Amino acid sequence: MEKGRKLRILVAKPGLDGHDRGARVIARAFRDAGFEVVYTGCHQTPEQIVSTAIQEDVDIIGLSILSGAHTYSFPRIMELLKESNAQDISVIGGGIFPLEDIPKLKEIGIKEIFEPGAKLQDITDWVTTNIQPRQAVALKAR
Amino acid sequence: MDIVEQIISGDVRATARLLRDIDDEIPTSKEILKELYPHTGKAYVIGFTGSPGVGKSTLVDQMAILYRKEGKTVGILAVDPTSPFSGGAILGDRIRMQRHFLDAGVFIRSLATRGHFGGLTRSTNDMVNVLDAMGKDIIIVETVGVGQDEVEIANSAHSTVLVTVPGMGDDIQAIKAGIMEIGNIFVVNKADREGSRKTIRELRNMIEIGCRRGGSNGWEPPIIETEALKSRGMEELHGAIEKHRSYLLSSGEDKWKEVIEKRVRIQLIETLKDQAFRTLLDRMEARGDSLDELVEKVVDKKSDPYTLVQEIISRELG
Ligand SMILES: Nc1nc2c(ncn2[C@@H]2O[C@H](COP(=O)(O)OP(=O)(O)OP(=O)(O)O)[C@@H](O)[C@H]2O)c(=O)[nH]1
Ligand SMILES: [Mg+2]
Repeated sequence: MEKGRKLRILVAKPGLDGHDRGARVIARAFRDAGFEVVYTGCHQTPEQIVSTAIQEDVDIIGLSILSGAHTYSFPRIMELLKESNAQDISVIGGGIFPLEDIPKLKEIGIKEIFEPGAKLQDITDWVTTNIQPRQAVALKAR
Repeated sequence: MDIVEQIISGDVRATARLLRDIDDEIPTSKEILKELYPHTGKAYVIGFTGSPGVGKSTLVDQMAILYRKEGKTVGILAVDPTSPFSGGAILGDRIRMQRHFLDAGVFIRSLATRGHFGGLTRSTNDMVNVLDAMGKDIIIVETVGVGQDEVEIANSAHSTVLVTVPGMGDDIQAIKAGIMEIGNIFVVNKADREGSRKTIRELRNMIEIGCRRGGSNGWEPPIIETEALKSRGMEELHGAIEKHRSYLLSSGEDKWKEVIEKRVRIQLIETLKDQAFRTLLDRMEARGDSLDELVEKVVDKKSDPYTLVQEIISRELG
C-alpha cells in the first residue's frame, strides 16, 4: 500500500425492504478495521450506488441484501460500473442468497459472497487481504 | 486529455480521484493543484456548521435543490469524524442527500477528519479549489458536528451558516464567545420542537450585544427559523445567504477583498505549516534521526522539547 493510503468502501443496501441493521453492523466493523466507510442506508438503486461509488472514489462496494434483490441489482451494478469505465471498483455481497445463485454472481464479477453465518472478522480480513487502495493518478496522460 | 484538462472540463471520475490523492497527501496532487489554481476563484463557498445532529446535512440538501433550480451547479464537501481508535470512519452525511444522484450538476464528497481539529479536514481548502476549477458555481462545506469552537470554516467560506436547534443552551453559551466571528447567518432548525421562540430570542440578544460592541462590520446576522425536514424556511435561508453575498459584493471593493484575502492568507499559512513540517521530518529521516529517539531523550530527561526543537531548526533550516 502506498504511504498514507486509506481504503474507502461504500456500504449500500439495494432493494425495497426497510431495515438496515445488517448494513449498519458491517459498516461499523469496517470502520473498526480502519477503513473509511461511506454509508448510504436503504433503498438504493443500482444507479445511485454506482454514482455514489464514483463520486466517493471507493475501492470497493459492499452490498447488503435481504430479499432476493440481488438477481436484478447485482448484474445491473456490474453493468453500470462497466459503462462508467469503473470496473476497477470491486464488489462484494452479504446476506441471504439461494446457493445456486452464488456461482452466477461470481461469474458476473462479484468478488466474494458472504452468507449470514460469516463472522465480521472474516469479512474485514477478506477485504484487507484482497483489496488494495488504488494507485495515485498521474499528472500527464500516458 | 491530461488530468488537469479532465477536471476543468468537469470530469467526475478524474475529480473524485484527485480529491482522494489530495486527502492521502500524494505528492503529485500538489503539482496538479498548481495547474488548477489559475482556474479557481469563480465559485461561491458556503459553510454549514453546528453541533452533531442539528440538521446540517438536511439543510445542505435543501439548499442544493434551490441552487439547482436557479441553474447553478453545486459541489458539496461533507465532513464526518474519524474514529481515534481505529483510524476508520463512517461517513453518513449522504444519507440526507440522496436525491441528486442522477443530476450531473451536483457533486458530493464525504470526508473524514483524520485527526484534524477545527471542524474541517487538513485539505478541505485544496478540495474547494478543485471543485471550483471543475466549474461548480456553489460549493457547500458541511463541517463535522463537534461544537461551536470549531471556527475554521469561517476562514474558508464566503458565507457561514451556524445551525442550532431549540433547547441547546450550551450551544448558545459557546456561541456567545465569538458570535460575530463564526456565523454570518444563524439558523434555528427543528422549529417544530418546543422552545424555538426562546432560542431565537436568546440568539437575537447576543447578536445585538455583539453589534453594539462593534463586531458587526455593517452586517447584522439574520436568524432564520427552519424545519428542514418539511422544507420550511428554506427560501428564507437561501435568501439570507444571497443577501450576505450581495452585502460582501456591494459594500465597495473592501468587504469582498477582505474575505478573499482572509481565505488566501489562511491557505498560505496552512500550506506553509504543512510543507515546512513535512520538509523537516523528511530531512530528519534522511539523517536517520527518528522521532522515537527524540521522545526517548525527553522521557529519560536527557533533554527537553524546547532544546531539541531549537537544535533541529538551527540544524535543518539555520
Ligand atoms: N424534527 C425535526 N427533525 C429534523 C429536522 N431537520 C432534520 N431533522 C432530523 O435530524 C436528524 C439529523 O439530521 P442531519 O441532517 O443528519 O444532521 P447533521 O447536523 O448533518 O448531523 P451530523 O452530520 O451527524 O452532525 C435526522 O434524523 C433528520 O431527519 C427538522 O426540521 N425537524
Ligand atoms: Mg451531517
